[in-house]
Amino acid sequence: MTENATADDQPLPYPFGNGRQIELERRYAELREAPGLARVQLPYGRDCWLATRYEDAKIVLGDPRFSRAAAVGPDVPRPNPEQPGEGGILMLDPPEHTRIRGVASRAFTARRVERMREHTREIVERLVDEMVERGAPADLVEHVALPLPVMVISEMLGVPYSDRDDFQRWSNAFLSTSLLPPETVIEYGKALRDYMTGLVEQRRAAPTDDLLSAMLRASDEEERITQDELVNLAIAILVAGHETTATQLPNFVYVLDRERDQWDLLLERPDLVPRAVEELVRWVPLGVSSAFPRYAREDVEVGGVLVRAGEPVLASVASANRDRRVFADPDRLDILREDNPHIGFGHGPHHCLGAQLARMELQEGLRALLRKVPTLRVAVGEDELDWKDGMFVRGFRTLPVTW
Amino acid sequence: MSGQRWLVEVDRDVCIGSGMCAGSAPAFFELVDGRSRPLHGEVDADDEVLGAAESCPVEAILVREVGTGRQLAPEE
Repeated sequence: MTENATADDQPLPYPFGNGRQIELERRYAELREAPGLARVQLPYGRDCWLATRYEDAKIVLGDPRFSRAAAVGPDVPRPNPEQPGEGGILMLDPPEHTRIRGVASRAFTARRVERMREHTREIVERLVDEMVERGAPADLVEHVALPLPVMVISEMLGVPYSDRDDFQRWSNAFLSTSLLPPETVIEYGKALRDYMTGLVEQRRAAPTDDLLSAMLRASDEEERITQDELVNLAIAILVAGHETTATQLPNFVYVLDRERDQWDLLLERPDLVPRAVEELVRWVPLGVSSAFPRYAREDVEVGGVLVRAGEPVLASVASANRDRRVFADPDRLDILREDNPHIGFGHGPHHCLGAQLARMELQEGLRALLRKVPTLRVAVGEDELDWKDGMFVRGFRTLPVTW
Repeated sequence: MSGQRWLVEVDRDVCIGSGMCAGSAPAFFELVDGRSRPLHGEVDADDEVLGAAESCPVEAILVREVGTGRQLAPEE
C-alpha cells in the first residue's frame, strides 16, 4: 500500500522496447496484473511511477490533483534530452490551459469537423487515384497518408501547403522522431516560430476566414491570449495535426494486412469503418514510450500506491487500452467491438484537441482505400519494414504497398 | 457577469467521456460511469463553466442564462 513496497526495487529501464514492432511490449501485461504501480527509469531525468491499468491511467491524466505545469526542470523523466512540449499547450494546467485551448477548440468540435468531411473525402480520393495511376508498388506514406492530414490542417489553419517541405522539416524539432542534434532542434524550432509569426503578421494586415485569423481575433480584439501564446498554439496545431494521422493510417493498413479477415469484413461492410477506426486507435500502441509525466500536487492514492506530493507519474494509454477489466479479449483486434471506451486520444484536460478531426481523416482515408484499392497489400516482408527511429511514435517512414 | 445565474446540462448520450470538463472545471463537473454530469444544475456565472463547455469536443455541455433562457454555450 505504500511507496516502500516498491521503492527499494531497482526501477525498470523504460521504454520496454525500441518501437520497431506493432505489438505492445509484453511487460505491460505483467505490470497490469501486478499490485501497485511500476517504477521506471527513462533515458533522461529521475525515476518515476508508471500507471498501466485503465482506471489508474485515467486518474493520472484526468484528476486535477495531477499537474503538467509542475513538470519542469532537468529532473523531468523523458525519453529525449530536450523537454518535450516545452513552451507549448501541454505544459499548462487549467485555467491557463483552458483559456488558451479555448481559442482554437471551437474549430475542432464534432459539428465543425463534420462540415469538412466531404472536402476531405475529395482530397483523399484524389490522392488514392493518383497513387493508383503511378502504379504499384507505391509508398503509402508519401502518396496518401502524409499529404492527407497536411493538406487538411494547412487549409484549416491557413498555412500555405506549398511551404510543406519547410514546415514538415522544422516540425521534427517538436517531435524528436529523428534524434536530431540539439543545435538543429533549436534551429528548427526557431525557424518554425519565425515562420508562424510571419503568417500571423500577414493575417493581421489582411484577415481571412481561416483558423489563424480567428485565433488572431481572439488575441488582438478579445485579448484572450498573447501573441506568443498564439504562435505556440498554432505551431502545436500544425505539428500535432499531421504527424499522428500520417503515422496511424499506414499502421492501420499494416495491421489490417496481417488481420486479413478484418479487412475483408470491411470490404463487405463499409458501414463498420467508424467502429474499425475506434478499435484500431485502441489496439495500435502509437506511442513508443509514455511521455509527459504528471506531477502530484498533493499525496494521491493510485492503484494501491500512495504517490507523494511532487512525485512524477506516467500513464500508459496503450496499456490502459489493453486492460481486461474494461475490454473483453483485449489483445484481439476486433472491429466488431461495440463497447470501446478507449483512451487512445488521451483523457482529461489534454485530451487530443484534434481527436474528432483525426477520426474523420482516418475514416475517410480507410474508406477511400477500401473502395478504390480493395486488393491493397503491404509489398514488403516483416524484415524489410522501414520503421521510424526515435522515441515518439511507432510507425513507418515509408510503407510500400501493392494491389 | 456578476449576479447572473446559469443553468448547466450535460447530454450524456452525446458525451464521450473525454474528461475535458471534469479535469478543467472539477468544481462543476464529474465523471460518473465514464460520462460527465454537472455537480449543480444551476450555478453562479463562472468563466470556468463556459471554458469547459467551449472545450467539449462533442458540445455535450449546454449553458443557459437563468430567466432569459439565452444559450451561452455551445455557440449556435
